[in-house]
Amino acid sequence: MTEPVTKSVDAAPKGGVRATQVGRPNASWALPGVLFFLFFAVAPMALAVYLSFTEWNGLGDPEFVGLENWRNLVSDPRLTQSLTVTVALTVVSWVFQTVIALLLGVWASGKQRNRAVLSAIFFTPFLLSSTAIALLFFALLDPNFGVIKGDTLGTTSGAFLAIVFVGGWQFIPFHTLIYQGGARQIPEVLYQAAAIDGAGRVRQFFSITLPQLRHTMAMSSVLMVVGSLTYFETVLILTQGGPGTDTAILPYLMYEAGFRSYDFGYASAVATFLVFAATGLSLLMVRITGFGSMRSAREGM
Amino acid sequence: MSHRSTATAPRRSRSRRSNPVAGVASFVWLLIVLIPLYAMITTSLAGPEEAVGRNALKPPNDPTLDNYSLVLESGFPHYLLNTALAALGVVAIVVGLTVPLAFVAVRNRGFWSGGAFRLFLLGVAIPAQAVVVPLYLMITKLNVYDSLWAIVLPTAAFAMPVSVLILVGTLRDISEESYEAMALDGASPTRMLFQLVIPLAKGGISTVIIYSALQAWNGFLFPLIFTQSEEPRVLTLGLYNYVSQFGVNIPALLASVVLSGVPIFVVYLVARRALVSGLMGVGGK
Repeated sequence: MTEPVTKSVDAAPKGGVRATQVGRPNASWALPGVLFFLFFAVAPMALAVYLSFTEWNGLGDPEFVGLENWRNLVSDPRLTQSLTVTVALTVVSWVFQTVIALLLGVWASGKQRNRAVLSAIFFTPFLLSSTAIALLFFALLDPNFGVIKGDTLGTTSGAFLAIVFVGGWQFIPFHTLIYQGGARQIPEVLYQAAAIDGAGRVRQFFSITLPQLRHTMAMSSVLMVVGSLTYFETVLILTQGGPGTDTAILPYLMYEAGFRSYDFGYASAVATFLVFAATGLSLLMVRITGFGSMRSAREGM
Repeated sequence: MSHRSTATAPRRSRSRRSNPVAGVASFVWLLIVLIPLYAMITTSLAGPEEAVGRNALKPPNDPTLDNYSLVLESGFPHYLLNTALAALGVVAIVVGLTVPLAFVAVRNRGFWSGGAFRLFLLGVAIPAQAVVVPLYLMITKLNVYDSLWAIVLPTAAFAMPVSVLILVGTLRDISEESYEAMALDGASPTRMLFQLVIPLAKGGISTVIIYSALQAWNGFLFPLIFTQSEEPRVLTLGLYNYVSQFGVNIPALLASVVLSGVPIFVVYLVARRALVSGLMGVGGK
């Protein structure tokens, strides 16, 4: 009888053996959800691994070719470039979005009227879909037409920064909201105590606000990192991976190999690589943040 | 300062102090948010002769709604309806599957329920892009290629991990005593689910509804790869196709972007509070 940590709440006064066993749902209740998820999300991952050892053009049946796709992948200079761009995009986006969302969110958690009005306006970009936002900036950055003259998307750094900016413009409202919600839950007494001890605003921010927001930051960061892997439509619409292949992030590389060159075996090898990278990343983040054992916010208070 | 404060806090409350530096910074961000939106709206009102080479920040001399009628005649209402149907399907599947699942993860003490929770915990990081190729194979074998189901089923599956995390977080906040009180009355798990869990987890459930509806609303990759014809085309893909359809007619393209924002803007105006607190819920406690 090894009990998951989450169930240790039973330390509370028990109402007899019967009361703790009656009314607990049978594990089979979870089955439809688990099966659905296994079928549409986990099985495809396994299938991706299998397909990466085959050659398949989308028609007919996949043909087993052993390690050929993997050999091609490892020696493909696009992979190194793509990996570098993906990591750089993730890191730069994380910094850009976290810094702004954290500051805006903590600021907006104040109850002043003007802050409420501004937060409502800050939120509006999030109402557009990412496709719509990519199209908006595609139009605004058009060299013949846009607000910014010159061919921003034609240079490597311009195209990269445009993707970072567009991603931030879209997602900062959402993360601001998360931080705003987190900051509102920080108990006021902590600040009163700090004020009595003579801590200034900056000191309070670093000694109270930041540590208190660590769960919020963990969740927001997980969503950001996973989210920046999904800049696919931004890349497809804004830069087509260009100039050259300079902004071809991993998902875009896979899309091109699969649905443009119809080399689904090779695309699956890229996809498998992506799955392992993402799973490793999430295991690492779960470990660092301790999300798995995260308890109710009320416990220990 | 704050006259509403009670005897416990006679000094100025922290949350009401002004902060000029942050005020200026937020004003800068306000401009960054508003200028593209402003340029979008003014440009969408420009006629064809004004479109090329105009200063996007200047209002058009001769505003026209022609671009909007062009978009509305180019299948826009049909795409919007498809997106709404897809969102409805995704929400129904996600809520129907994850609420009992979260209930088990929190209340069942067995080995398998813990495993199920960890499965979804890991699932949070699976990028949907990574599985489009095998999903494409499965979708064609299931004979749902080029239908709304091809969009709804995988979108729902990929909205599940975050939904489970949100719900588990909410359900853990329901006190042990409430369960025990009901158990002493001899309540069945079904009755507990409907009379205790669902009413008390309303906040979490509405967060899940908003989150999964947004996944359907935002989804682009699945529609791009799993559908082809006009019939099941959703809004995001419709917008993408306007790029080639409208060509250099940038004002019409931007009019379609504006129109795509209208439905959810209306939702935002009507239910701002629910939407905002629902999204805040995604961040957990």
